[in-house]
Amino acid sequence: MTITEDRPADAPTPEIGKSRTRKEDQRLITGRTRWTDNIQLPGMLHLAMVRSPFAHATISAIDTSEAKGSSGVVAVFTGEDLKDIQGVNITAWPVSAEQKSPDHLPVAVSHVAHAGEIVAVVAARTAAEARDAAELVDVDYDELPAVLDLKEAAKDEVLAHPSLGTNTSATWQLDSAGQGSGGDIEEAIATAREGGILIEREYRQQRLIPAFMEPRSTVVDPTGEQVTMWSSTQVPHVLRFCIAATTGLPESKIRVIAPDVGGGFGGKLQTTPEEFATLAVARKLSKAVKYTETRSETMVSGHHGRDQWQKLTLAAEKDGRVTGLKVELMADLGAYAALVGGGVPVLGAWMFNSIYKFASYQFNLTNYYTNKTWVDAYRGAGRPEATYAIERLMDELAAEVGVDPLEIREKNWITHDEFPFTTVAGMTYDSGNYEAATAKAKELFGYDELRAEQKQRRESNDPVQLGIGISTFTEMCGLAPSRILGALNYGAGGWESASIRMLATGTVEVITGVSPHGQGHETAWSQIVADKLGVPFENVEVLHGDTQIAPKGMDTYGSRSLVVGAEAVVRAADKVIEKAKVVAAHLLEASVDDIEFSAGTFGVKGTDKGISMPEVALATWTGHNLPDGMEPSIDADATFDPDNFSFPHGTHLCAMEVDTETGASTMRKYVCVDDIGNIINPLIVEGQVHGGLVQGIAQALWEGAEYDDQGTLVTGSFVDYTLPTSADTISFITDHTYSPSTYNSLGTKGVGEAGCIASTPAVVNAIVDAVRSFGVNDILMPCTPERVWKAIQKGRSVPGEGERDAQPHFDEGVPNQDPGAAAEGSQA
Amino acid sequence: MTRINMTVDGVSYSDEVEPRTLLVQYLRESLGKTGTVIGCDTSNCGACTVHLDGTSVKSCNVLAVQADGHEVTTIEGLAQNGELHPVQQAFHECHALQCGYCTPGMIMQACDVLKNNPDPSEQEIREGLEGNLCRCTGYHNIVKAVQQAAGTMSSASSASSASAASPASSQAVSS
Repeated sequence: MTITEDRPADAPTPEIGKSRTRKEDQRLITGRTRWTDNIQLPGMLHLAMVRSPFAHATISAIDTSEAKGSSGVVAVFTGEDLKDIQGVNITAWPVSAEQKSPDHLPVAVSHVAHAGEIVAVVAARTAAEARDAAELVDVDYDELPAVLDLKEAAKDEVLAHPSLGTNTSATWQLDSAGQGSGGDIEEAIATAREGGILIEREYRQQRLIPAFMEPRSTVVDPTGEQVTMWSSTQVPHVLRFCIAATTGLPESKIRVIAPDVGGGFGGKLQTTPEEFATLAVARKLSKAVKYTETRSETMVSGHHGRDQWQKLTLAAEKDGRVTGLKVELMADLGAYAALVGGGVPVLGAWMFNSIYKFASYQFNLTNYYTNKTWVDAYRGAGRPEATYAIERLMDELAAEVGVDPLEIREKNWITHDEFPFTTVAGMTYDSGNYEAATAKAKELFGYDELRAEQKQRRESNDPVQLGIGISTFTEMCGLAPSRILGALNYGAGGWESASIRMLATGTVEVITGVSPHGQGHETAWSQIVADKLGVPFENVEVLHGDTQIAPKGMDTYGSRSLVVGAEAVVRAADKVIEKAKVVAAHLLEASVDDIEFSAGTFGVKGTDKGISMPEVALATWTGHNLPDGMEPSIDADATFDPDNFSFPHGTHLCAMEVDTETGASTMRKYVCVDDIGNIINPLIVEGQVHGGLVQGIAQALWEGAEYDDQGTLVTGSFVDYTLPTSADTISFITDHTYSPSTYNSLGTKGVGEAGCIASTPAVVNAIVDAVRSFGVNDILMPCTPERVWKAIQKGRSVPGEGERDAQPHFDEGVPNQDPGAAAEGSQA
Repeated sequence: MTRINMTVDGVSYSDEVEPRTLLVQYLRESLGKTGTVIGCDTSNCGACTVHLDGTSVKSCNVLAVQADGHEVTTIEGLAQNGELHPVQQAFHECHALQCGYCTPGMIMQACDVLKNNPDPSEQEIREGLEGNLCRCTGYHNIVKAVQQAAGTMSSASSASSASAASPASSQAVSS
């Protein structure tokens, strides 16, 4: 034991705010990875699923005899064989007490409600043998009529689940007059109808597929006292709870591990039929088993996102000041109420009003079942849908009033000095500065110059028109205050847990209840703990994703990990310091009140005596010389339950060039200035923004899950579900303003979903802006060239023949003349 | 079953395989080369990209028997003598990966792009990586990483050939 007499003269520069490269990378860039599918256990069997090709059917018979005789096949199970132990895939969020929720069995027993549902499971020596045998399982189906379209479902003419008697799952309302947070919406609409402006629009949120890169995989080893499940999941703790709640296995007998997980985006915020079926087979056979899906299986079986129709009525005064907003939402849940399921559209209820000061507001939601893949959280979950609607509407209002869309926003947004501000939906935004973010974004974008170019192109009838799209978004994230979740009938809390273990040799283990899958928590948490405890960044090890190591947690989704999870880490660190102070005071022979902790050293006020944190940790470990009666530990746990959400915001500006002759659009420039409060690691934040932007842009331009009239997913692989590639995208200009959150000590706000929430309306607004002069005010997403071209053709003011030239390079005297083609063109 | 002989990351292997076995299955299941991963079943995503005799291929699109007698390099064989390849180093420094699932394929493809074009423009990089999907990064930092690696590799190669002082290498430095 040495007691340092010299305290460090120079405190190290803070880790928080540094663009630290990630600790996680070394393994990932060298192929030293632990994806679930990499795991091999002795005697492990491999599973293949037999899936329904029909969208809606009853199962009349299953003949497994041929499959059972196939090489290497150990067993074939039907739903009937597993029904005593397979459990059920539950929903955690019945949005109302009256919600109708059909039982969702992991392996169907008698009824399938969407194509791709599992009807039998083959266990064999190799994955190839299991797949071969799955082809030999003979299932007799009696096909039932399927309801596939959301608006058809609302008519209740064909039922997705005949036993429910209706396709309606639940209805849910937020009314500002009813809850006392604002005025009466019908009055506002009536007033606007008399002498104001009423914008009525119906927008479509197409169905999307999360399309994480790692297909889902589950390994179950039932040979220990605890059954161990490795799974490619965002939610190991939630999964453990759901297994215990429905399979009869005690929670204490289940260990769930999320090893390296290759992306999620909400798509792995689920407890899946595949996980439950794999567990059931492992228990039946008392053997370790593995199931890894093919990409085609991901597409039909992993949950989808979005899928809403939005009927919107915005009331405003003649000068463009908004007065009321009414939302009538229809949401397609697919065949079953998924884990969050019906609650996803509810999350939009507080966000349609966004940053604008409406006096009256009403949100009405009806959730419906159809015979399609189930729908649940996908990056943003409820908030991108709401943001899309309001940001599109603000552009429509600007067009109606005849002013710049930024001007109409400025007229209506909450100003910097009005925070904290309680909105018409009843949510209190703690901080923000929409003026500052917008000013910065305009400057980086060259807003005025691009507007001038747009005007010039309009005036010259340029076949390539320029559009500028705006999205001044906010979101609520950091899920979530447990009391609010309780009031909304959600089945769990929103707290997060952390532990810090001070090891004898000076390194630190941080256990976090969140479960990262690409976000870089190991790096960011290390930076936070290094600053808090004054230990080197390299000496902090962040552990997560295993219920045996991190026994308490609510996992990773809803941009919650930093604002809730890291706050728990901060509070655990504070407790470590308080405990260590007592030891330090004892060793320095000083009063605890005279001990100051700074930059990793406990010092005595007014002296140069000090002792470092690692020295205190070692002294505690030996226990040789501690205060009388002190428990020999400075380790600490903390659980943090936030009082409010966090409200990141930002201004996104997008310039799109639209070829009015082909409908093709090209992104010219994208600038975003996001305010996510204080930033722990700018490098990681930029990465989150870039990825979010592209997912949101992809909704606007390329992606959409499409079914045929039999209920077959025709975008069932990466051939047809067109994810953007590097060649489709551009480099972005990103920046920040800083309005710290007041609800956590780090002042951080979530960033995981921001880009994805903001970018979709920015892109569509830009395309509509480019072709608004053709009488276009809406284009369905994804805005394919065909849709854009058709919208232009349908527009009110399509120029007549000869009003403008075909293409500039056919003009006389300009380069790249093609006389042959020009001659052909003139003949046509 | 068919006998094949293959060198993978510098090690010689001789195995009996089912003729239908894909190269990626052979790498992962027979050789334990789990650094190479499978992301789709339609050869769209490129997560399984490896080098076959020095040229990038999607190993889900090659039968193991087709690689008989050839040399394969995977992400696990890219770093030499404990030194990261400049492309690996650049991916780390530019934060060109998040979940890391596409990363092995992306890095192997980026190496191939730079082999064929040591000084690519942003657009050439974007087109060169078009067959590899990433869902996390929006490609922004991947493109930056490849640009950075191009710079590192060209200055390294010009340094090593500095004594020769050929006009070509000095051009590479200035570009």
